Amino acid sequence: MTARVGVVVFPGSNCEHDVVAAVRALGGDAELIFHTETTLGDVDALVLPGGFAHGDYLRTGAIARFSPVMDAVSDFAAGGGPVVGICNGFQVLTEAGLLPGALQKNAGLRFVCRTVELRVETTSTVLTEAARVGDVLRVPINHFEGNYVCDEETLATLRADDRIVVRYRENPNGSLDDIAGICNEGRNVVGLMPHPERAIDAMLGSADGAVLVRSLVDAASRRGTPAEARAS
Amino acid sequence: MAWFDARIDVTHRPGILDPQGATIERALPALGWDNVSEVSVGKSIHLRVEAADEPAARAQIDEMCRRLLTNPVLEDFSLELRTLAEDAPR
Repeated sequence: MTARVGVVVFPGSNCEHDVVAAVRALGGDAELIFHTETTLGDVDALVLPGGFAHGDYLRTGAIARFSPVMDAVSDFAAGGGPVVGICNGFQVLTEAGLLPGALQKNAGLRFVCRTVELRVETTSTVLTEAARVGDVLRVPINHFEGNYVCDEETLATLRADDRIVVRYRENPNGSLDDIAGICNEGRNVVGLMPHPERAIDAMLGSADGAVLVRSLVDAASRRGTPAEARAS
Repeated sequence: MAWFDARIDVTHRPGILDPQGATIERALPALGWDNVSEVSVGKSIHLRVEAADEPAARAQIDEMCRRLLTNPVLEDFSLELRTLAEDAPR
């Protein structure tokens, strides 16, 4: 059964089609879900893509988190469904309280748009299960507000519980502890600033993001498999 | 019911590096002002609210700040309220 990945579209999202193309290239199926929907339909995983949801007015993700679709996203996450927020999607997940901390303006106030090296820190998440710890992945970043911050207690918890998913090898934005991506306690919700969907083919400059998208498609496939088939 | 004029001062939380403040602080000496420190940039939000009394207005704005207008991970806020005259333009 083909994994179905829902890609949530807010007004101002601009990476949704890249995510759809990446998921399809890696054997999954993908569909767009508009922010006004209150149900998700029959999807096995969700991606909140990059962009500037609601113009990023007030703060990045601040308005988007109150979109009608977000209650369904929260319920899906609470039920163990794989949810990945990429770039602006990560910002929305922190504003929604599905991931701890916040993303603020880059140190030095520079918009950064280049390919960076990420180190995979844990493989027990829906985004990294097909990778290996220590893998170095070349993946593009493209953001002004990717500077991850949280209080000391939260950082200690993230470290102790192995919830820092990917780190920058060279910190491009001032992020605390070189954090590029984190996961929730259940490890089914992951947020990251880099764009794996833009690095799924050597023609795009790197195919290193494919292992991350494939992890998500795999996680979605398992969820899409009826329990009786999974047990056999 | 009465109308209240609110001025909400949103400030960067102490202890969290303020990239805008840091950048401005580095720019000022270039113009000759080398005696400035502790620069921090926030935002100011102005609004009017109709409520039964001042405590009710204050409680509502407080909740609005916590749920939408500020992000408690990054920002603190303070609130100044002024009661508008009964015939204030709305």
